[in-house]
Amino acid sequence: MTRHALATIGRATFLAVVLGFFSLPLLWLASAPFDAHPSITTSLPEFTFGNFRSLLDNPYVMSSLRNSLLQAAGSAALVVVLAALAAYALSRVRVPGRDALLYVLLLLSSVVTGTAAMVPLFELATRLNLIDTHLGVILTLSGGLLPAAIFILKDFMDGTPTSYEESARVFGASSLQILRHIVIPLVRPGLATIAVWAVANVWGSFLQPFILLRDPDKAPGAVILYTLYTEGGAPRLDLISTFSLLYSLPVVVMYVFVSRRYGFRFHGGIKR
Amino acid sequence: MISLSGLTKEFPGGVRAVDSLDLEIGDGEFFALLGPSGCGKTTLLRSIAGLETPTSGKIRIGGVDVTASPPGRRDVAMVFQDYALFPHMDVTSNIAYPLRIKKVSRQRREAKAAETASRLSLSDLLARRPAQLSGGQQQRVALARAIASRPQVFLFDEPLSNLDARLRLEARTFLKRLQRELAVTTVFVTHDQGEALALADRIAVMNAGRIMQVGTPSEVFHRPTDPFVAGFIGSTPMNLLPASAEGGRLHVAGAVLPLPRDVADGPLVYGLRPEYADLSQSAPVGRRDVFSGKVAVVENLGTAHLVTLDSGDLLIQVVVPEGDEPAVGASAWAVPRPGRALLYRDDRLLTGA
Ligand SMILES: Nc1ncnc2c1ncn2[C@@H]1O[C@H](COP(=O)(O)OP(=O)(O)OP(=O)(O)O)[C@@H](O)[C@H]1O
Ligand SMILES: [Mg+2]
Repeated sequence: MTRHALATIGRATFLAVVLGFFSLPLLWLASAPFDAHPSITTSLPEFTFGNFRSLLDNPYVMSSLRNSLLQAAGSAALVVVLAALAAYALSRVRVPGRDALLYVLLLLSSVVTGTAAMVPLFELATRLNLIDTHLGVILTLSGGLLPAAIFILKDFMDGTPTSYEESARVFGASSLQILRHIVIPLVRPGLATIAVWAVANVWGSFLQPFILLRDPDKAPGAVILYTLYTEGGAPRLDLISTFSLLYSLPVVVMYVFVSRRYGFRFHGGIKR
Repeated sequence: MISLSGLTKEFPGGVRAVDSLDLEIGDGEFFALLGPSGCGKTTLLRSIAGLETPTSGKIRIGGVDVTASPPGRRDVAMVFQDYALFPHMDVTSNIAYPLRIKKVSRQRREAKAAETASRLSLSDLLARRPAQLSGGQQQRVALARAIASRPQVFLFDEPLSNLDARLRLEARTFLKRLQRELAVTTVFVTHDQGEALALADRIAVMNAGRIMQVGTPSEVFHRPTDPFVAGFIGSTPMNLLPASAEGGRLHVAGAVLPLPRDVADGPLVYGLRPEYADLSQSAPVGRRDVFSGKVAVVENLGTAHLVTLDSGDLLIQVVVPEGDEPAVGASAWAVPRPGRALLYRDDRLLTGA
């Protein structure tokens, strides 16, 4: 009896510690922006909206949010369209070595946008005149996301029976009509998952835009966050926490919206 | 009219699912492709639809060579075994889909869909999704969608096999009436010989990618041209017994029967449907044209019983009317009815015996 009680208490304590470990940073993110003197510890704030005012005095803050939005939306659109087409083709056409190709792509993708490839990427972007352009950032980030996106979407497409498409084909539908009328609606949860995942990824990307963009007018939020220091090099915790809150809100809102609307699923199958 | 000549489909790996097959299907005919699992029925149907590219041979529909045409240009409609109703569209959109492809205006195609649906008593279900329909309703929606496309040819792949036994009978009658009304050439695939006999104007019995026999249900039932068809058609399998003709007599399983004229001496296969023999529970006096044996199994068929006689090393089956069934282990005698047996030599039908 007591052993049972002890075990329950032990488990609850363990869970509380783990929960605290994960929720403290979030608590900090919620309280620090409203604190007149934030530190790296979480405490009851001395309530103020002053941090938001001083943050907005920074000329790059609002434009960086707009840049983030542009780069994230551009990459997500590119990734969803290209991955859907590629996954459909790979799922329906028998090509020898198809699976090997996918695995190699997946492996390379972590290298392509990874730190190791930054020098050649910079070199490539310079030759293509893509330095200091949103397009350069979008292409680089999309390239890194595509293999995983194709991989996940192909699984969704594999899960939809071919008889739907064959049926449409017998009625005279063209390949693009089949994709638009049948396949896309069936894998919509997959597409939503990929879009959100791409946006979240680009939203958090620092290294690529930091290297590819010179002009602070074009820098996304993640890069601007890095500039919120005093001349002496000490972090301005008031600005950083406030900006972090502002910067994470759109992603949270998007998650909630998409999950309500479509529901996330990471494997194929049809919602009937 | 559909005509196939020398049609062959070989899958990668060397499987010849359809093997140099010739077939003519007439206008307005209700035509069944019947055969055991894996004999190539679906492959043949999909080749007609254009979903499989034949390895060689020609396909003509309505006099036009469509061998190289894509499915959408063949003016056919196909109902798949799983019905392939689009799960994200309601019944109206499903039925109207072929018209949507033909760029018919939304208003007209919805009117057309409603009209087709009412014909198949689906009017109350127009706003439902396929997942909210029963199997029988899904089947009718699939039919309605095929009808809405106004094709020259209907292709059905096992249209009834997903229905339960009771519904299957209803759907069978319904399908036959519908085909009569529409008078559109229809090819359907089935592995159920009863379904083929009940529905079809003509039947092609297939085995291993080849057609064994083409004929009306009555021809295929009464005069199967080879032992395979004989064994496949009929709700109880035909008795196929080794026999030999000697000196104008036919020797089968211990019985001596009269030999039809024009049959030369030598080994034969004697075929007799279990329905075409009578069971006697007392030894017929002075007759040698009967099969004797011990009752091994009695199976209840509802209004009749199927009795299996163990006659030495052969088994002979006889259908016995209700109330006349013998006890297991008893001696019994099967008396073939005259003129009902079939004789095969080298897998070809010789004549009735
Ligand atoms: N895509 C394919 N690739 C390779 N072999 C195939 C393919 N489709 C069918 N086959 C083979 O071709 C043969 C005929 O298949 P088919 O599906 O036409 O048979 P069926 O008569 O329709 O059988 P069932 O009654 O079980 O549906 C089978 O041996 C099958 O294994
Ligand atoms: Mg089949």
